[in-house]
Amino acid sequence: MIETFLYLLGFQFLGEVLARLAGLPVPGAVIGMVLLFVWLCIRKGVPTPMREHVPNLMTHMSLLFIPAGVGVMAYWPQLSQYSWKMVVVLLVATLGTLLASAGFMCCYLYLRPGKVKHHD
Amino acid sequence: MTEALLWLRGSPLTGILLTLLCYQLALKICRRYHGHPLANTVLLASCMLISVLLLLDMNFEQYFRGASYLQFLLGPVTVALAIPLYNNLARLRSHGLPVLLTIFFGSLAGVALAVLCAQLAGFDRALLLSLAPRSATTPIAIGVAEQIGGIPALAAAFVIVTGIIGAVAVKPLFDLLRIRNEMVLGVATGIAAHGIGTARVFQISESAGAFAGLAMGFTGLFTALLAPLVVGWLL
Repeated sequence: MIETFLYLLGFQFLGEVLARLAGLPVPGAVIGMVLLFVWLCIRKGVPTPMREHVPNLMTHMSLLFIPAGVGVMAYWPQLSQYSWKMVVVLLVATLGTLLASAGFMCCYLYLRPGKVKHHD
Repeated sequence: MTEALLWLRGSPLTGILLTLLCYQLALKICRRYHGHPLANTVLLASCMLISVLLLLDMNFEQYFRGASYLQFLLGPVTVALAIPLYNNLARLRSHGLPVLLTIFFGSLAGVALAVLCAQLAGFDRALLLSLAPRSATTPIAIGVAEQIGGIPALAAAFVIVTGIIGAVAVKPLFDLLRIRNEMVLGVATGIAAHGIGTARVFQISESAGAFAGLAMGFTGLFTALLAPLVVGWLL
C-alpha cells in the first residue's frame, strides 16, 4: 500500500509541478495520470503493488466525490434563487452531451463507409 | 452534553466518520435496489449527509474540516486512472482516433448545449458563462468560468450537479438505447459527467471506467481551450 501511494502521490507531485512550470490549464493530477500512463507504456507493465491495490481503490472512487456532493449545500443560497428552469437547463444540457457524444462515436464506429466488420 | 456536541461539530473526525457511514449505507441500498436509476451512491450519500448535518446544526465548513481529507485523495486516485487505461492499451491503440475525435466533438457539444439552453431559458450573461464549462472537472471549470466572466463558486456547483445527473442517467439511458459497447459508455460518460460519472461507470465495468477517465482528462483540456472560443461565437 505504501509503495502504491508513493507512486501515485509522486506522479501527482510531478504533474502539479509540470502544470505550474508550463502554465497548463489542466489540474496536476490529470497530468500525473498522463505521466504515469506514459511511464507504464515505456516500462511495459504495471508494478505488482499497484496492480494489486489500484482496482480496489477505483471501485470506491465514488466515496471521494461525496464531499463535493454535500458542497451543493454550501452553494444552496445561490442555487435556489434560480427556479426550476435551472434544473431543466442542466438536465437537457447533460443528457444532450451524453447523447451527442455516444451518437457521434457510434456513427464513427459502425457507419463508416467501407466498414463491414463490427467492432466489439 | 453541549460540550460533547460542540466537540462533535468542530472535530474533523465527525466529517470523515459521517461520510464513511453514509457511503456504506448508500452502497447497501444501491446493491439492494440494483438497477434503479436513483440508486446512485454519490446522490444517496450526499442527501443523507446533508440531512444529518442539518439535524446536527453543522455547516459545510465544519463538515469539510474532516471531509477535505477524503477529497484530497481524489488527486492520487485520478493519477491511478492510468492503470486501467494501460490495461486497455490494445483497444486504445486500435480506436485512438475515434476516441479522441469523440472527446473533441463532445466537449464542444457540452459547452454549446449549456450556452444555448441557458440562452433559451433567458438567463443573464454571468449565469450563462458560469454554466459553459460545467462538463469539465471542478478545478478546470472554476478557472474557465473566472477567465470568461462567470461566477466561480456557481460554476463549481453546476459541475457537481451535472456530474450527479450524468451518473444517475447514464445506465438507464444506455439501456434504453441498447448501447452495450463499454468504450462508448465510458467515453460518453467521461465527457458529459467528468469524475462523478467516471466513478459511476467503474461500478459497471473496469474498461468503461478506463475510457471514462481518459475522456474526463481530455474533456478538461478541450473545455479549457474551447469554452472561451465557443462563448465568443455564440454570444
